[in-house]
Amino acid sequence: MDWQSFFLTVKLALLVTVILLALGLPIAYWITYSRRRWKFLVEAVVGMPLVLPPTVLGFYILLALGSRSPLGRWWESLTGHTLAFTFGALVIGSVIYSLPFTVQPLAAGFATVDAKLVAASATLGASGLRTFWRVILPLSISALLTAVALTFAHTMGEFGVVLMVGGNIPGITRTVSIDIYDQVQATNYASANQTALVLLAISFVALSLVYALNRRVWAIWPWR
Amino acid sequence: MRAILAAVLLVLTCPLANAASGGELTVAAAADLSLALQPIVSNFQRQTGNTVRLSFGSSGDFTNQIQNGAPYDVFLSADLGYPQKLVKLGLADTGSLRTYAIGRLVLWVPRDSKLEIEHKGMQALVDPAVHKIAIANPQHAPYGRAAVAALRHFQLYDKLAGKLVLGENVGQAAQFVESGNAQLGIIALAHALAPSVRTLGRYWLVPTDSYPPLQQGVVILSHSQKKTLAGQFVEFLSNEQSQAIFRQFGFVAPAGGH
Repeated sequence: MDWQSFFLTVKLALLVTVILLALGLPIAYWITYSRRRWKFLVEAVVGMPLVLPPTVLGFYILLALGSRSPLGRWWESLTGHTLAFTFGALVIGSVIYSLPFTVQPLAAGFATVDAKLVAASATLGASGLRTFWRVILPLSISALLTAVALTFAHTMGEFGVVLMVGGNIPGITRTVSIDIYDQVQATNYASANQTALVLLAISFVALSLVYALNRRVWAIWPWR
Repeated sequence: MRAILAAVLLVLTCPLANAASGGELTVAAAADLSLALQPIVSNFQRQTGNTVRLSFGSSGDFTNQIQNGAPYDVFLSADLGYPQKLVKLGLADTGSLRTYAIGRLVLWVPRDSKLEIEHKGMQALVDPAVHKIAIANPQHAPYGRAAVAALRHFQLYDKLAGKLVLGENVGQAAQFVESGNAQLGIIALAHALAPSVRTLGRYWLVPTDSYPPLQQGVVILSHSQKKTLAGQFVEFLSNEQSQAIFRQFGFVAPAGGH
């Protein structure tokens, strides 16, 4: 078991989950409450990583980061090196790849909040932001936990995008799923099996948590 | 209606009639053969009247699949290690293992690169403009292992290890270079000579004494029902005509020849 790549992957998944929460909460809020006609376009863009092959995302991300693209050249002039094959490239790729896993559960959760409660909060003089923090979010807490668990688990198991933009550097871009693939390629089945079992266990725990919380097997706030 | 049905039946039975004139062979081949093997197989089909179904992929993947019962008759690997492993496991015929071609390693840069690999050779690798060097993964790709061996031979490995990025195969390593994310790649000559790649970059042949020969081995798989035909195909790979095609696509004939 390659612990270096394991902890690297956990670090990546945690960081991506935090970034996606910060991005996903406002996007999900906007998707739920906006009345713009072109809202469906934003929903389509957010949902695209669900249906696109990761290799497509990885391919375009690599092209965008390379010194042949304006974006890549701009970054190179700023920092002196290209972004591909760095941990930062994995973070960018994973944020794009896991975006729907944060936004869609959140938007679905916000949509189930009783509109009367939101209206009541507004008539009592609460600002939109205050209503969000005090009414909408607490009532969507299981959606929030679903989003966190899915985003974390999905990023842990990410393969295609990392394969395309990572360059497989130990300690920097070699994640667990890449490590498993390499072990299988090299026909080291025992080693591949160990690592794969750990990932299997993590996925099972994360998904069990999601379904248990959604079925209210446990009260989410037992101390209330 | 009856005419349509007859036409459909005719179309359906046509390939059957065709196949009956000769046997059909299923061949798994390493991805670096994707260009060289096509003309060789066409020759074989034309000259013997048999049909060959080709699958291209990574030698490691094929070895995994064969261990799990994949129905190939012949396996052309990009190295000797995987076929030897299959022989040891009893999944390939011991006597059938032989080297059919030897690969060559090259430095590869985009066409407009300022790196003068043609004059500087390996010393181009230490140019300050080189931030990343793309190679195939030495853990399982033969060309990756050869690249590391060559770097060690020129005592550049320790200096450059931090700059190496690993593609899953030489194709991905070349793509890292082509997209401008790495400045230089160490890849297979067969890949650098491919028509789609040839126009994109320039190459320099790494001296053959700096890495162990990239011998590519072929085996006939034990469960094959078509051993005679498989043997005929393996024999065909060694004839003068096939070896000339291998040379044309960046391979070297095995020493001594068959």
